[in-house]
Amino acid sequence: MSDAVGTGAGDAGARNRTGPGDADQDVVIVAYPDGPFLVRGDVAITAPDGTPVERTRATVALCRCGKSTIKPFCDGTHKLIGFRTEPQLPGDPAA
Amino acid sequence: MVLPADRGPASAALLDILSGEADAAGTLAAEVSAALESTPDIVFDDDLQLTLFCLYELHYGGIRDVSDDWEWDTALLAARGRIERAFEAALRARVPLPERPEPTAKAVAARLFEFTAADTGPSMSRFVAKKATHEQVAEFLTLRSIYTLKEADPHSWAIPRLSGRAKAALVEIQADEYGGGRPTRMHSAIFPRTMSAAGLDPAYGTYVDAVPAVTLASVNLISMFGLHRRLRGAIVGHLAAYEMTSSVPSRLYGDGLRRLGFDQDATWYYDEHVEADAVHEQIAAHDMAGGLVEAEPALLDDVLFGAAAGLAVDGWATERTMAAWAAGDSALRTPAAVR
Ligand code: FES
Repeated sequence: MSDAVGTGAGDAGARNRTGPGDADQDVVIVAYPDGPFLVRGDVAITAPDGTPVERTRATVALCRCGKSTIKPFCDGTHKLIGFRTEPQLPGDPAA
Repeated sequence: MVLPADRGPASAALLDILSGEADAAGTLAAEVSAALESTPDIVFDDDLQLTLFCLYELHYGGIRDVSDDWEWDTALLAARGRIERAFEAALRARVPLPERPEPTAKAVAARLFEFTAADTGPSMSRFVAKKATHEQVAEFLTLRSIYTLKEADPHSWAIPRLSGRAKAALVEIQADEYGGGRPTRMHSAIFPRTMSAAGLDPAYGTYVDAVPAVTLASVNLISMFGLHRRLRGAIVGHLAAYEMTSSVPSRLYGDGLRRLGFDQDATWYYDEHVEADAVHEQIAAHDMAGGLVEAEPALLDDVLFGAAAGLAVDGWATERTMAAWAAGDSALRTPAAVR
């Protein structure tokens, strides 16, 4: 945004998205049951040495089952391995 | 696209009208009636599915040398409506619905994930990954091109018909389908790279004459759901099921293309869908389908119907293709088209 003042690359645009009375955060991570984390907002994803991980879409899904072939992103493999995020109920035979 | 060849009296009457050769509204009505009365199965009826496909095409990119005025011609709309009612009735009679969940986003998403995971039809993606020949892959891409070259468009009809959470979810998915503002990243623009690599012509509509009725039916189904506000639950269910059955198969399609020596540019379309649809399926199931049912609980059954009908028709198309290949035949009507 050319009219944003005093911004570093990381915060540019964020204030423009949030209007008065808008409770939305700059970055939101949604934990979907039995699946990935969806990340919306201006956040950098990097390797431990700071090398950026290429991000080609506005909203990304981060793998949390550990089995994706395109980590750190989700590729749907969690569905094949029966990944569960919700605590099993006591007495559930699957627990 | 260019005008296709007719496949019987009803499509011939329509093509005569569209090409300006005849003022044949009466003939069209009579031929559609006759075809609807005599068809053993509308889903597999070449004449009726092609007629419907051409009528819908007037609402999309249009047909070359055909006046745009035909889009809202009442005789054509009447013919469309009669074929649609028979098509929808046939599907409602035949497609079994998943068990109805509670009308909450969480329960709807869980039921859709369970239902789409249980889809037991023959697996085209596993066949392409492991066994398909170069020629079979070219036929597969030809069959898919009818939808994929206008990928996302039929579901976009639903945008103004939704509101709130479901609408935001649909728009977020569609924005990604359309490349996030970059025309070269539109999914319908990436697919032509795969087609070209397989020696196919990626111009929209080139292969309409080559594909069987059930392939046209699978695209007509989405246009029908998208163009009727009454069926907004079904279009949402259809998109959810599409997104939820895409990321894992897309990886297998990419594997198959790599096995046959296709390069990264050619597999981009499928590689892109592995990542994109793993995002979309969550949004589609929870926020779009779940959000719609929470806002309009009366649409629950149609959400389930849209999901089930989409998977069923695609499953019938896949069965037909696999049966042709198993018999050593082409899956296309005009195999020479792709050689
Ligand atoms: S969470 Fe989806 S593949 Fe791991």
